[in-house]
Formats: sequence, structure tokens, C-alpha cells
Amino acid sequence: MTAAPPAVLGGETPELAAEAQRPGQWRRLPVKAKAGAVLLGIFVLAGIIGPEVSPYDPSYANPAPSLSLHPPDAAHLLGTTQSGQDVLSQLLIGIRMTLELAIIVGVVATALAVIVGVSAAFLGGLWDEVLSLASNVFLVIPSLPLLILLLGYLPQRGQTATILVLSVLGWPWGARVIRAQTMAIRNRDFVAAARETGESTWRILAVEIVPNEVSLIAANFVNTVLYAIGASVALAFIGVADLSSWSLGTMLYWAESQQALQLGAWWWFIPPGLAVALMGTALVLLNTGIDELGNPRLRDAIHASKIGGRRQRPADPTPVLHAAPPARSRIGSFAASFSRSSLLDDSNGAAGWQARRPGGQR
Amino acid sequence: MKFILRRLVFYLVAAWVALTLNFFIPRAMPGNAVQAIMSKFPNLQPSAYRALEALLGVGHPGSLWNQYWAYLDDVFHLNFGTDVIEYPAQVSTLLVQTIPWTLTLVGTATVIAFLVGTGLGIVAGWRHGGWLERALPGLMFLQAMPYFFLALILIELLAVRTHLFPIAQGYAGGLVPGWHWEFIGSAIYHSLLPALTIVITSVAGWMLQMRNVMITTIGEDYVVAAQAKGLPNRRVVFTYAARNALLPQLQGFGLALGFVVSGALIMEIVFSYPGIGLLLLSAVSSNDYPLMQAIFLVITFAVLIANLIVDMLLVAFDPRVRAREAA
Repeated sequence: MTAAPPAVLGGETPELAAEAQRPGQWRRLPVKAKAGAVLLGIFVLAGIIGPEVSPYDPSYANPAPSLSLHPPDAAHLLGTTQSGQDVLSQLLIGIRMTLELAIIVGVVATALAVIVGVSAAFLGGLWDEVLSLASNVFLVIPSLPLLILLLGYLPQRGQTATILVLSVLGWPWGARVIRAQTMAIRNRDFVAAARETGESTWRILAVEIVPNEVSLIAANFVNTVLYAIGASVALAFIGVADLSSWSLGTMLYWAESQQALQLGAWWWFIPPGLAVALMGTALVLLNTGIDELGNPRLRDAIHASKIGGRRQRPADPTPVLHAAPPARSRIGSFAASFSRSSLLDDSNGAAGWQARRPGGQR
Repeated sequence: MKFILRRLVFYLVAAWVALTLNFFIPRAMPGNAVQAIMSKFPNLQPSAYRALEALLGVGHPGSLWNQYWAYLDDVFHLNFGTDVIEYPAQVSTLLVQTIPWTLTLVGTATVIAFLVGTGLGIVAGWRHGGWLERALPGLMFLQAMPYFFLALILIELLAVRTHLFPIAQGYAGGLVPGWHWEFIGSAIYHSLLPALTIVITSVAGWMLQMRNVMITTIGEDYVVAAQAKGLPNRRVVFTYAARNALLPQLQGFGLALGFVVSGALIMEIVFSYPGIGLLLLSAVSSNDYPLMQAIFLVITFAVLIANLIVDMLLVAFDPRVRAREAA
């Protein structure tokens, strides 16, 4: 399902050798980031070409009674809804709508986060106090009820209104993280040097500070997109959206309100939910991957800490090759890890550890 | 006490911001509630307009400043006005009926998810690269799934098809709510599946965060020192590594609470659980503005209070906070 190229999941030793020879950017990415990027790419592609290739008009209700709740077949690859609409067409348009909304919200909210975070850290003093207080306050106020309240009072609850409201409420977390990072960077030597050469504050911000926070900003963007997808789908599901347009959330709203599951029409209900879940998984994977890129300790054992066919924990002593411990069942070794007297022991006991120590080092 | 006091001031500011937003949103938005209700019920007489205005308090008597003070006074006395849809009922009465349901279910399920997720995170961080860690992408998938989607599928599989759990509602029909065993048993039975969905969808987040902090903590010198002293593993893991790794986790708990509560509201809608989420849905679908505003305030205050409790726990767990106060 997670479409990682099989070569990546293969043996470790060829991979290590290959890494030295072909230091391509893509190869060095953690598996999770690759899987997330590929999965997300599929959805972005579906979003781009979706409206062109969708076989029917998603709103066209075919009056033929035989096409009401028709299970998937060749003419309707994902079946039809109760009123004879084509589910696949709705799904393709829905992915487009939802992704479009989420990406715009991601861009706007991330831009706001960067502006607020960087200026709070750089201006300092009262500005910092006020901006930090504002972002912390909006962090603790639960967002969904506030979103509902804001959208509830708007006369029309279309795409633009949703984008606006989600962006306005989506920046505090990023602002907080970026402020902390800017605080750390702004006292570095290169910033001081830039200031000494007489660069203007704006130039220092744009050329020296922000480029050094790109990975943080990228992670924040991914998180914001994730939040926007979740929030917009949830809002549409409870009916706070333009219900005449097709997004993944409104699809779920109609499927639920017309009792798709109770009628046994899984092909109507499962695809939009699965699409949301897979998009979310792709984004979480991508973010975990970005994290691991910055902090190699977090990587899987598959990539980071398997030496001589034996997994190493970060606190383990330097491993000794050619002395793999006897194989144990998973549960057995799991239980043993808690009953061993210390991490420094191996499963062979203290004596085994001593014996396997290379003589030369004593 | 200084730390708690500072946080208390912060939460008071947050509460004031929420109150003020709640006051200004209806006044700043284009269109108004009265028109919305009038257009929803076309057979209302035009004379009902004035009556509705008076009822909702949107006729704007007096200056904005006076209105603001009157509003704060009302909220302080828990007077949220009269409900529009269930007309003679007071909004506060409706809230009092629903809050205990949500508080019990969401509170318990969130604490369980936090404890289970943190526990699994400790194990996954300790056994870095173990089988639990390889299950993480699967758990992420569960977490990325919208609450309501998973809930509906679980209902279909565990309630509709196999009758293991009740399909919806907070207690069996025909029972009179009260403090007798039949009712309490039924309520617990009906809460199992909703609680399960909350736990399943939120456990991965706690686990992932705890694992990451745990892995970083295990690399610290004091953990290696504890091992070198020959302390039993259990002690190294729980007393040395986990206790310290728990602090960022606890801080995250307060901030994540808003998200968890939001998800749980949707979950209640799916299960027709008689809590505040279901009330919110009926308020949204019937443009019941006073109720929407009151619910927003109640949820916000609940989250703020929970955050304050977390801060107190933090003081209890983190000697550095106490040391900073003493200094």
C-alpha cells in the first residue's frame, strides 16, 4: 500500500554501499518520508487531473431507478449514490476541492506563522509579549467550536469563507515554534555580522533568518495542511459548509445523512473516508520523515542502528561484530529486555558480554 | 505558588479573550441571527421580528460598552438566555443536562488514551526498532482517519452486524435516568464503543511523541550512568528515563486537549450520544445562535480548567519548576 520502491526495503549492506556511491537526495531520505511523498503525490496528481478525467458530472442525478445505489461495475467504477450520481466523479472532484482548500490554508497560515513568529522574536520587548500571548491564547482555545461559531454566523459558508476562517485560526502553533527557533538563531555570529555590515533589519530577516528555518517552516506547512483537511472534513460532516459543492467532507455528509452504510452502500461511504485517511497518513509520514532527517536518532532501526545484523539501541555500547546473540522469539526478547539486569548486559549475561569483548581493547 | 499564579493569570486572559470573541463575533458578522431565523421559518409574521430581536438580545439596546458589561454579568451568573428552538427552555438547563455525559465519556477516554499511548511510547522508545515501532505507520493511519469515519465503521462492524455493542444513544430506551444500577450499567455499556473510538484514534499521537522524547532521553548521560551503576532495567526505564520524558508529554497534553475535545464532539454526533456535541449539532443545524455561543464558552472553559490542572501536575512532577519558584 505504502508505495516505497522495493529496492529501498531490501538488504542493509548493499544500501549502505550504494549510499556512498550515489549520494542522491532522494536516496538519503528516510523510508517514511519517501512513502509519504509518493502517497501524497498520487493524491496531488488525482487532484490535478481529476476534474479532467472524471467520467460524469458529479451532481448529475441519473433518474434511472436501476442506477440508484448501484454497486461498482464497469460503467460506474465506484458505483452510484442513492440519487444515481457517480461516486468516482464525486471522489475525484472532492479530492481536488479538499486538497485545494488545505494547500491554500497551509500557505496562508504558514505565512502568518512566519510573520508573527519572526517579528515576535526579532522585535522583542512589548511586541514579543503581546504576540506570544496572542498565539498561546489561541492555542488553548479549542478550535472546532470556535470555527463552528464563526462559520455559523457567516451568511454563506462557501469555500472562501472556510479558507479564510481556517487560516485565521491555523497559525498559532507554527508561530510559537518559529519564534523559539528565531530566538536561537538571532544571536548567532552570522546575524551579528550581517548587522555590523549595516544590512537593514528587513534584509536580515528575509535573507539571513528565514532561509535558515526552511525545514521548520516546511514541517509547519505539512502540519497545517493536515489540520485544514481534518477541520474542513469535520465541518462539512456536521453540515457547516457549502453542501452543494463536492468536497470529501460533503460527500461524507451526504453518504451519512442518506444512510449509505445502513443501506449497505459501502462504495459510497468508504472511498471518501479512506481518501482522507490516506492523505492524512501521507502527511504524517512525510512529517515524521522530515523529523528523522533532522534527528537521526529517531530513525527506524532498519536505517539507523542495525550493525552486523543486530539492532542497536542508542544507549548500547559499541557493537561487536560476529557475535550475534541467539535468536529469541519477539515476545521472549521483549520480556527479557525488562528482566535483564542492565542494558549493558546482553542476553547471554554478563559473562557472555565479557567474553565477546575484543581482547586487544582490554 | 508563583508559577501556578502566573499560569492562572494567563488562563484568565485566555478566558477573557474567549468571552470577548464570543461577544463580538455575532456583532461583527454580516447578516444577523434574526434574519436567519426569519428566513428559515417563512410562515413567521413580520411582527415576530421584534419579538425575536428582544429574545436574542440583538436589538442592541444601549451603547456597545453597556452591552458588553451586561453580557459579562449574564455569563458570570450563568445566564445564557433563552433557547430559540426549544423555546421556553433556558440554555443553561440544556447545558446542565448534557455536560455530565460528555465530561464522563470524553474525560475518561482521553485519560485512558493518554496513559496507554504514553505507556506504549515508553516501550517503543526503549525497544527502539522493535515490533511495536514497526506498527507505528499502521497506528498513524488510524490516527489520520477522521474520528467519525472510524466510528461509523466500528458501529457497522461491532454493533449492526454482530450486536456486540449498542448502536447509538447514551442508555437503553425506556430507562429512567437516575442513580440506580440498571441505568448506570446501561450507560457504561453504551459508552464502551464511543470510548474505544476515541482511544484508538488518539493513542498513536501520544505514543509517537512519547517515543521520540524517550529515544532522546535514553541517550542522556544520566541514563547511561544509571545503567552503569547496575540498576535493574525496570528502574532505569521508569524512574530515570520515562519520568523525565514525561514532562514534555504532559505539557503537550494540555495543548492537545482542544483537538481531542473537538474530535470527541464529532464522535458524539455519530453515536447520538446525549452530550454537548450532539447539542452543538442541533444548534448548528437549526441556527440556534445563543446555544452555539454558550457551548463554545463551556468547552473553552473546560479546556482551560483542564490545562490549569495539567500545570499543577507539572509542578508536582518537575523539580525544576519548583526550584525556579524558590529562587
